Order: sequence, then C-alpha cells, then structure tokens
Amino acid sequence: MTDMSNALSRRGLLKAGGALIVGFSFVVALPRNASAARGDMAGPPNPQEVDSWIAIHSDNTATIYFGKCELGQGNTTSLLQIAGEELDLEMSQLNSVRLDTNVTPDQGATSASSSIHRGGPPLRAAAAEARQALIRLAAARFRVQPGSLIITRGVVSVEGQPALSVSYGELIGDKQFNVNLSSAAPYPPAPQMHFAAAPLKPTSRYSLVGQSIPRVDIPDKVNAKNIRVQNLRLPGMLHGRVVLPRGQRAFGAGAKPLSVDENSIADIPGASVVRKGDFIGVVAEQEWDAVKAADQLKIVWQDTPPLPNDDLFAAMRASETTETIVVDMGNTEAGFQRAAHSAGATYRGPYQGHLPFSPNCALADASGEQVVVQCATQRVYETRDEIAAVLGVASENVRVQYYESAGTFGRSCYNDAALAAAIMSVEVGRPVRVQFMRWDEHGWDNYGPAHLADVRAGIDSDGNLIAYEYHGWQHGWTALSTVHDIALGVVTPERSGGSNSITVNPISTGSMYKLPSRRVVSHAVPMVGLLRGAALRSPLDLNYGFASEQTIDELAYVVKMDPLQFRRKNIGSTRWLDVLNAVAESSQWDARVAASTLSNERIATGRGIGLGTHHVSYGAAVAEIEVNMMSGAITVKRLWGALDCGLAVNPSIVESQIVGQMVQTTSRALKEEIQFDDRSVTSLDWNSYPILRFAECPEVIPIVVQRMEEPSTGAGEEVMGATMAAIANAFFDATGVRMRQYPMTSDRVMEVIATRSVPNG
Amino acid sequence: MASDLTIRVNEEDRQIAASPDTPLLYVLMNELELNGPRFGCGMAQCGSCSVLVDGVEIRSCVTPVLQVVGKSVTTIEGLADQYAREKGLEQRPALHPLQQAFIDVQAVQCGACYNGMTVKATELLSKNPTPTESEIKTAMNGHLCRCGTYPSILKAIQLASAKMSDPAL
Repeated sequence: MTDMSNALSRRGLLKAGGALIVGFSFVVALPRNASAARGDMAGPPNPQEVDSWIAIHSDNTATIYFGKCELGQGNTTSLLQIAGEELDLEMSQLNSVRLDTNVTPDQGATSASSSIHRGGPPLRAAAAEARQALIRLAAARFRVQPGSLIITRGVVSVEGQPALSVSYGELIGDKQFNVNLSSAAPYPPAPQMHFAAAPLKPTSRYSLVGQSIPRVDIPDKVNAKNIRVQNLRLPGMLHGRVVLPRGQRAFGAGAKPLSVDENSIADIPGASVVRKGDFIGVVAEQEWDAVKAADQLKIVWQDTPPLPNDDLFAAMRASETTETIVVDMGNTEAGFQRAAHSAGATYRGPYQGHLPFSPNCALADASGEQVVVQCATQRVYETRDEIAAVLGVASENVRVQYYESAGTFGRSCYNDAALAAAIMSVEVGRPVRVQFMRWDEHGWDNYGPAHLADVRAGIDSDGNLIAYEYHGWQHGWTALSTVHDIALGVVTPERSGGSNSITVNPISTGSMYKLPSRRVVSHAVPMVGLLRGAALRSPLDLNYGFASEQTIDELAYVVKMDPLQFRRKNIGSTRWLDVLNAVAESSQWDARVAASTLSNERIATGRGIGLGTHHVSYGAAVAEIEVNMMSGAITVKRLWGALDCGLAVNPSIVESQIVGQMVQTTSRALKEEIQFDDRSVTSLDWNSYPILRFAECPEVIPIVVQRMEEPSTGAGEEVMGATMAAIANAFFDATGVRMRQYPMTSDRVMEVIATRSVPNG
Repeated sequence: MASDLTIRVNEEDRQIAASPDTPLLYVLMNELELNGPRFGCGMAQCGSCSVLVDGVEIRSCVTPVLQVVGKSVTTIEGLADQYAREKGLEQRPALHPLQQAFIDVQAVQCGACYNGMTVKATELLSKNPTPTESEIKTAMNGHLCRCGTYPSILKAIQLASAKMSDPAL
C-alpha cells in the first residue's frame, strides 16, 4: 500500500499557491473581465465584499453567489427573489452558480432550515449595497442627486427625464464593485457577517419577495437536463464501491477487517482492492464490475460488542447519562402539588433514517495539482476540511464542488462517499466515482436518534396549565464521518454543546403554552454501543410532539374540554394562536371532547390537533385518520398544516415544504423504524425499512400564515412535530386509547386496542 | 468482455460493449450517457431507474441488457418523441404533456423520483387516458418518493390526463 501523504507530495499537492487545474469545465460561470477570476483561488471569498455575492454583467443580468445549496427544497429560487428584490432586477435577469469552495461564500451548512432565515439577510444586505453603488455611479454620470433616480429592471433613469437612463450593465458590467459591507451584525452560527449600511427596500414596495414565483430548478429537472452528481463522468475515471459490513454495528467498534481475500475477486476484469487504515474499497473500469467486486470480496470482520436489540429503551434509561437542565422556570414541584389534575406517561420513538432516494455518490480527482471532489454535501467547506484531514493535506489543496443529488433531510452518511472517492483516487492515481449501494446508505446512515421521554403536566380546577415537566433521553451525534474514523483508526467523540437538538429542544416542549412552572431536562445517553446518530429533519421534534402534545390532549380530556378550546385557553402567544386558528378554520374543526364518538364499527375514525416547531417558526396541524380495528392498520386520510415562518419569501414553495413535511411525518409516524439484531442493523433496503407509498398518501392542505413585516424564519421542518401530534391525538379520538410508542404499526395498534374497555355502541 | 450487442433505445440502434449480464441501467448511464434513468436501489424496489420496453415499464437496474436485445427501449429522453408518434403530430413537442404538467403544478422537489414517476405515469396514460384517482394510486404504488411529493404528482397526472384527452389541445 502506498503511503498516501508521500503520494500526494509527489504529485505536488502540498505546493502552496500553485495554479489550480480543474479538469472540469462546466462548473462555474466566470464573471467576465473581473480582475481575479473566480475559481482561481481557494475560498471562501471575503463575505464583507459585495463582489463575493454579486456580479453584474454587460447584458444587464446578474450572477448571485450564495452559500446555501439546492437540495430540492427550492431555496435557490427564494434566494434569487431576495437578491432581485433589493437590486430591482427581475427573475429572468438573475442566475446562480453551484456551490464551490473556490467560488461561493461560506454561509455554513444548508441545514436547520437556515437558507432563508440566516442565508437571506447577508445576501439582501449585499444586494442593497450593490444597488446603492449603482445609484452613485448613475448619479455621477448624470450629475444629479441620487434621490432623483428611479430603477426599473436594472435600468436607472432620472425621474421625469426618460432620455437620461443607463443600465446596470452599462454602469459596471463585468467589473468589480470594490465596495464593502458595513454595519456589523453577527449572525450565528454562520461566520461573522456584516450587514449593509445601505437602506433596505421597505416590504411595502416588494414585488418579487412574497410572490409565488415558479421554481427556477424545475424545468431542467423535468427535461432531464439537470446534471446530478450521479450523472458526472470524468475522463479516465474508475468506478469505485465501498466495502463495509452489511449494516453498521455498535458505534465505537468501527469496522475492522481481520482478513481480506483479494483473490476472491481475481476473476473480475480490472477489479482491485483499495485500502487505507480499516477503509476498504474496490475499483474497476466498468461500473457493473465494481458492483460485483464489492459483493464478492471476501472479508472476515472483527466481532463487535452486542447491540441492545432486546430493549433499546431500557438500555438508554440504564446508561450513564449526563443531565442538562434545559428549562427551569417557576416551581414545578409546587405546581404539581397544587394541580387539580395531572397527566403523564412514558413515550418512545425509534431510530429513523435519512435515506435519500438516490444513494450518496461522489467523484474525486487527485491526479492533478489539487484534489477536486464533486459531491452532494450540505456544506462544501466542512467537506473540504474533512477530506483534507483524511488525506493529510492542507484545505487549500482540496476543492469541493456541490452537485445536487436527492433530498437528504439532514446529513445522510455525512461525507462518506466524498472521502471514499478521494481516498481511492489518491491511491489509484486516477479519477474515481463512488456510488453507494442501497445497503450502504440504509446500513451506514447516521440515523435520527431514538428517544425516550417521561412527560407530565398539571392543570388547576379551571383548566389552566400550571405545571409541566419533560425528561428526554437521547444520544447526539459526531461531527465527522464513518470513513474518516475507519480510515484514520479513530473514534470521533460525540459533539457536545451547540445545537439545541442534542439536548431536548425547549421550544418544542411546552413553550407554546402559558405556564407558570416548566422544567425540561435532557438526559444525554452515550452513543458508544448504540447506533450512529445525526440530525434528521426536524431533529427529535416528532418525538417531542408525540409525547408533549398527547400529554396536553390528555388534560383536555380529563376536564372534558375540546382539545382546540383547551389549547386556545392556554396558548402562550398570538402567533401560536394564529396558526392554531388557521388550521382549525381550514379543517372546519367542530368542538367536541376527544373520543366522544367511539363506536364498534370495523373502521374507526378520529381527528386530532397539535402544535409544534423546530426553531423560531410556528406550526399547527390537524389530522383525520381511520383505524381498522380488525387489522390495526391506520390510514391518514387528510392533513391540514399551518405554518407561520415570518415573511414567506415564496409562499408556494413554503406550501410544498409543508406538504412534504406532512407526508414524510405520516411515513415516520406509521412505518419507519431502523431495525437491528444483536450484531448489526438489518434495515438495509425499502423492504426491510418500508416508507409511505403512493396509495397510502393522505390529502394535504397547506396553509401559509404570511407575515410581511416579520423576519423570515425556517420553513423546512417546523410543522412535523405538530403533524405527529395531530396523528397521535387522532388515534385516541378514534379508539379511546393512547399510543405511547411509534411507529404506529398494525402490531402496536392491535396491542393497544386490546387494552381498552369496549364502549357500548 | 466486449459483447457487441445492439439495443434499440429511443428509436436508435446502439451498439454497446457491456457484458450481456450488465443491468440495462448501467449501459444507459455509462455507455449511452443518458441522465434520466438513475440508480436508486438496484433491487427493483423504488422505481428510480424505470424505462419502457415495448411500451411496458420495467426496472432497468435488474434487467440484464441481453434481455432487451430485439426490443424497443424508451427512456424519459424519448417520451416527447414517442408522444408525437402516437398522436401523429408533425412536430415533436418540447416536452411530453406529462412533463409539462410536472412544471405546471410544480410537482418536483429534489426530482430523484421524477424519472420513474413520469415513465410509469406515461405508461398508465397510454393504456388508460382518463384514469380515476384510485387507478392512478394503484398504478403508481410501486414508485416511492422520499420528499413527500405524491399529492402533487397525483395532480400532475390528473392535469396531463385532462389536457391529453382535450381535443382542443
């Protein structure tokens, strides 16, 4: 085996400041005539410079550079709307480029529904500064006061004198602004950002933002012209596959090969084994040969410690946890003592997978001056740094280019495909394309962690919530990838601190209600010995919605109140009340006590309501379901989802995000659970990990509560907790019994139904 | 290993080098450089890789290329042409009406399932131009989507069906 750092050194990778040779040309639209061509230098470009964000071309179009990637959620369109609005340009005049560590600004990860919430303001500021600079240029040209200028579609004219007009392209086409953003306004967790001193356009004058503009990415997706990472082919490349045990084993044990029988693939033409540390891959000239080689390669893997497949939740509760008091408001204990009624129970939620519809894929070319990697990462700069760390080179010697793959809903398999491709390309000295097989993706995902909750809440004799307590057990996730760990022979420790979602999310656990006392405690379970975890869309909020909102519903039932009326009575703010009312009105909610219409019919029907969010935004949902009392099958018939995400930049995109969230939540509520035996994960494909199918899909009615004067907040995951809650509460309405564990499979439903006392008629 | 098989794809005869046991999908992607059909599971579970063979939707990820010799393969790239032939149109439309409907209802999120959804729905509409909602759901049930776009794909199929059976269009 070659010593990789020497191999790299021989190829001149470590030379500083060498010219960048990219074997790939259809990547970046270069701003013509700009003094330093984009792509020549390792990024990130300076976020304080307008030129890092915007280039105006001679034909009066603009290229907008931003650091949030299109994952199919439609953020490209919305970000262009934001830039175009401040610049007074129309959509047809705007273009964006792929994310690229030599080209686009570092705006952090495209995660936590941050594209518009956190990615929008700096872009808006840069566009406002650019517009001011253009006005200054026009004012100087016409020798008039800036205040006398008006702008239409990127043409600046002197008011009342239409002959005096000039386009942006004529003013600055393909030249740099050389203007800095001013007025510091840090925007964590993205790198330090600086906002515009230039005036921002008042929302009352908006013509693009707030409009349901068709998505710019859809036409090319529909005519199959859109180039996805899986479509890329490099001259002279080999096809690679990773070779891992089928299904991950206990976290911390790695994947250690005791022996690798290279002769076992000797009959496959051109196939060979590539190793670095414990990492094993195969390469071949033909893709099908690589697939066969990965399947056929005989490896004896070292035994690993057993997984707690008998009772995961008992193991979590019994583990040595670290406690964090997330919220401690008022005197909870006294509140419960004073309560006229209280309700409480233990709730359980499973490991669930990201499982992008196209498994991860990446291409790497380490044969030139730099390692160039194309992949579908959610954060190009972080991927660049991890590749550099594994290869033992400086970050500047790695260039990562984003190509869209399938929606990933969190970071599926992190940078594993990109790292595998880079390792293999260095080793074989040729470009390598790595495509994960379905079992690699299912079996080695960083799953959304399982969750165990003890929840209770209490009310006074008037039905006012007075005490609330949530204890949650879960593990977190690591910052680094499986391939990083096995190639370097390390176990990356769990991340601590940072995202709210590693500790119990305080916003999703009771924050929507007026509560004089509330306590939320996080019990951090060590991940070692369990499965790899990561943030899965609306991380753990489905659990919080399931547990917390069923508890609220139970109290409404105790005092024989309609669940909507009970929530209205106890709601904590206008914005929560407004989404609640919006969803109630749209679903034509009629007031009645839950489970007050039970029958002995074979098909029981029920409806439920719930609130929830992830961060900042406000979500409410209503579900109508049917329960087959003979088979235990639940059918979600209709869902209504209301979302207040502040200013919805593109309401139809927000609507499609609401629909997607609610369908995905239905799938996770009813079907999804990562299964494992005492050794490894056994959910390795769509049969062993069923998801919601076409014919099982509910009708979904999305409602956007538009707030033109509020800052935009997240819209990609904030109605999922509410949806889970509504489905669970609808189950109680239909059956008179509660589900305390999901997914709500037929078996679990039959078990729960068996415990109920059958009503008469 | 060169097989020198000839297969007919989108009305063109193409000579290919892949071994006869190679799944059709890898031939379409790597030798014929088509971007529509794509790898999703390799086990005929998801529908990412669907193509039409003599008008019938199949999973190219599990179909050895040898099996389509002498047959006619249509990928998503060939759907507009096929529609023009079926309808006897003089000019090929830029998009199959179903593809246009996907744009009209903005049915796509990530687009990974789009190839299979479109190929399958095209097969359905050529057999049954005015399917009921329940017929659509039954026909499409073997195609998965992870983004949750089933409701908008249903709308797109209904819109395409309405447009395709409107004699004025």
